[in-house]
Amino acid sequence: MTVTVSMKVNGKPVSAQVEERTLLVTLIREQLRLTGTHVGCDTAQCGACTVHMNGKAIKSCSIVAMQAEGAEILTIEGVAKPDGTLHPMQAAFKEHHGLQCGFCTPGVVMNALDFAKSHPSPSEQEVRESLEGNLCRCTGYHNIVKSIMAGARTMAGSK
Amino acid sequence: MGASLIGARVERKEDYRFLTGSGQYTDDVALPGQTYAAFVRSPHAHAVIKKIDFQKAKNQEGVLAVYTGADLANAKVGGLPCGWLITDVNGQPMKEPPYPSLAQGKVRHVGERVAVVIAETLAQARDAAELVQVDYEVLPAVVDPKKASSSKPIHDIAPNNTCYVWALGDKAAVDAAFAQAAHVTKLDFVNNRLIPNAIEPRSANAVYSRASQDYTLYVASQNPHVERLLMTAFVLGLPESKVRVVAPDVGGGFGSKIYLYPEDVVVTWASKQLNRAVKWTAERSESFLSDAHGRDHVTTAELALDKDGKFLAMRVKTTANLGAYLSTFSSCIPTILYATLLAGQYTTPVIYCEVTSVFTNTAPVDAYRGAGRPEATYVVERLVETAAREMKLDPVEIRRRNFIRQFPYQTPVALCYDTGNYEATLDAALKMADVGNFNKRKEESAKRGKLRGLGYACYIEACGIAPSNVAGSLGARAGLFEAGEVRVHPTGTVTVFTGSHAHGQGHETTFAQVVADRLGLPMEAVEIVHGDTSKVLFGMGTYGSRSIAVGGTAIVKALDKIVAKGKKIAAHLLEASEADIEYDRGEFRVAGTDKKKMFGEVAFAAYVPHNYPLDKLEPGLNENAFYDPTNFTFPAGSYVCEVEIDRDTGATRVAAFTAVDDFGKIINPMIVEGQVHGGLTQGIGQALTEGCQYDDSGQLLTGSFADYCIPRAGDVPQFQLDTRETPCTHNPLGVKGCGEAGAIGAPAAVMNAITDALGVKDIPMPATAQTIWRSMQKAA
Repeated sequence: MTVTVSMKVNGKPVSAQVEERTLLVTLIREQLRLTGTHVGCDTAQCGACTVHMNGKAIKSCSIVAMQAEGAEILTIEGVAKPDGTLHPMQAAFKEHHGLQCGFCTPGVVMNALDFAKSHPSPSEQEVRESLEGNLCRCTGYHNIVKSIMAGARTMAGSK
Repeated sequence: MGASLIGARVERKEDYRFLTGSGQYTDDVALPGQTYAAFVRSPHAHAVIKKIDFQKAKNQEGVLAVYTGADLANAKVGGLPCGWLITDVNGQPMKEPPYPSLAQGKVRHVGERVAVVIAETLAQARDAAELVQVDYEVLPAVVDPKKASSSKPIHDIAPNNTCYVWALGDKAAVDAAFAQAAHVTKLDFVNNRLIPNAIEPRSANAVYSRASQDYTLYVASQNPHVERLLMTAFVLGLPESKVRVVAPDVGGGFGSKIYLYPEDVVVTWASKQLNRAVKWTAERSESFLSDAHGRDHVTTAELALDKDGKFLAMRVKTTANLGAYLSTFSSCIPTILYATLLAGQYTTPVIYCEVTSVFTNTAPVDAYRGAGRPEATYVVERLVETAAREMKLDPVEIRRRNFIRQFPYQTPVALCYDTGNYEATLDAALKMADVGNFNKRKEESAKRGKLRGLGYACYIEACGIAPSNVAGSLGARAGLFEAGEVRVHPTGTVTVFTGSHAHGQGHETTFAQVVADRLGLPMEAVEIVHGDTSKVLFGMGTYGSRSIAVGGTAIVKALDKIVAKGKKIAAHLLEASEADIEYDRGEFRVAGTDKKKMFGEVAFAAYVPHNYPLDKLEPGLNENAFYDPTNFTFPAGSYVCEVEIDRDTGATRVAAFTAVDDFGKIINPMIVEGQVHGGLTQGIGQALTEGCQYDDSGQLLTGSFADYCIPRAGDVPQFQLDTRETPCTHNPLGVKGCGEAGAIGAPAAVMNAITDALGVKDIPMPATAQTIWRSMQKAA
């Protein structure tokens, strides 16, 4: 059975025919061809597929596309300014070498953006706890923690 | 140009695309007419395949084909080759059983590929794969490597399930030294089996062109040229010129993406059968079941000492589990890359190591970050620390009494260290870790009911395995050089092609720093290209922390040729003698004058050769170089770990971790620190949380991130890092490599700290809360 789903992705209305069982991440990657959202585990543990749904970070591998009917979705492709200027959180990751292979990075950044909204000046401990749902195999988290602490402060300061 | 770019913390060129979701990983590649493959995998560790019924699957909507081992056999698709021939103690070649891409009559580990279903959509392929019926006659499984030699053979050609028994060192001299020893320290331990788990799962997408009769394979690989060489020459029997292999952005490797895998072969072969693009991407459970695993040694190790704590001899006996088949470099990991490292940083005069490598009904085992060297460091550093405790010596002092201080130093296990300063890294680490106040911190922990422990590890690593002829005499079936090409464009910008491959290491930045620094150009004028056999002339890829030492040197050699040719062109333009031309920071100058030509002017003259010595010199400015090192490089370092253990739960927290490394010259300290952070975390993972477990029937018990715990952010501390520098003596950059150090040194440092805290001789890895709690209950 296919169904039509409609939602806003990165500010643009989209509509697509999907099977009922189609995961949101599959819609985003395969039909919308927004391949910055990654699949790392299929079991909702690695967080590489994290996107925002109505402003909250969610794992897009753990809901079906139909559940996002009418929702506002933000993926990593929609985070930088339209002219390509990096968001302060993205810039903090670049400055602090918070990424290596880049595969977990979009999910980590999307999670960090949501976390920073409620934590304008987070402690190291708070940042580490916020990363419970994101696995990174390259960085040892050291520079991810630094990046998020710096990015959150910049975001708070630029409000 | 201003200050040198060597040693500068330059932000990475690659970050923009990764941070904006514009990276292009293999699964992101969508080709016209794309189809999708799903593999049917064995649920049994050891079984005879009696019948495969795939008719129902084949009849499903969207299904294009179902292939089994019989189809590959009929097409004469060969088995996967092993890249290193080990010769055993009796001078006989190792046993090399066939490693088919799809099972031929028998399966030998859970997750082995039995059939492949290819369909228009991934969902159709996966649904149809569920309908393939396979009748198995289940056979007893061999799982425990210590029981392998007494079990029925998994492969007909390997009686006792033994691939080889191999040895290095002078056994008689070692036995004689042990007979004279004042003290002998002995440890029995397991170096736990690990599953690499790069966060990007393996993926392969192949397409065949009938028009040009050639293949293009996109694959998550650390070494696309090696993948192509093995696949064309040994498996599919194709000319290399008809196969292009592209390893685009690759989401971490850690060794697991070095190898040629069956799935790569199957999609490539199938793309021609169907005349369609065929893509397969592993689900994480497939990664757990079928990526090459790492480590898995069972070892008895002994150290003989005199009454003053001087090391007299070391004796090591290891059983290495190779799994069900020989993965690409599996045979050399527990031998050539293990026993040769057993001298560590010490003057132990005689060493003997015997390795029995066995087949079991488990996934193949191959190189994983460090590959043999973490296992060797674990042996050496656990022995040294235990010996110090047994002899009531300070573990720092016993190390100082045995450090190698004169270089070059020929070890008794084949390697010759060119340079190092082990005292310097140890002194710096002690200071940085504030070891002097450890007892105060221990008391403070005790007040909170916690046990605090201190552990050291002083590791040595051998990177950039070489030279090719020596490796060849030891059984290597490949060259170990690297290739580079520098293409100067008419306006003076530069594209550099390297045969090494980056999957997180930041070569596009580090290598650009080397090039920009050497030519005196801005970073923006330099582009680094890697990972595509149709662009890069050749390459051995990235493994063993070799990229800057071997790949970087190849680039430097090509740059030297560019400058040499540039001088000839400049001499002509400046009407001077070539011998009088100097090159410095982007300018060709006539020595002692103000006459000069900029790099861009010389490049332009080479491509618009109107005023050019055409009778003596070809136009153009483009140079290749191949570099085959004369020796390994030898990074070394000193690690200090402090742990705090909860008495009630056994849970361990790494309270502090200090690492002082000597990587020789460092190009980009920011990137190097990142490599160390990642390596340390994988090493801490091995020590505390990661342990692959199969049950007695060969079922994988740790098949997801819920059961196999790679460290999360809360499992590791912020690290304290520093470096000391003794430049490598035999490459022009003075570099040694840094990719694996953390994973090599960390497990021993953590376990030395845990055993110190608990006051016990040994604890098995991973030292989970449960393991430690049980140990404490037993002691109480």
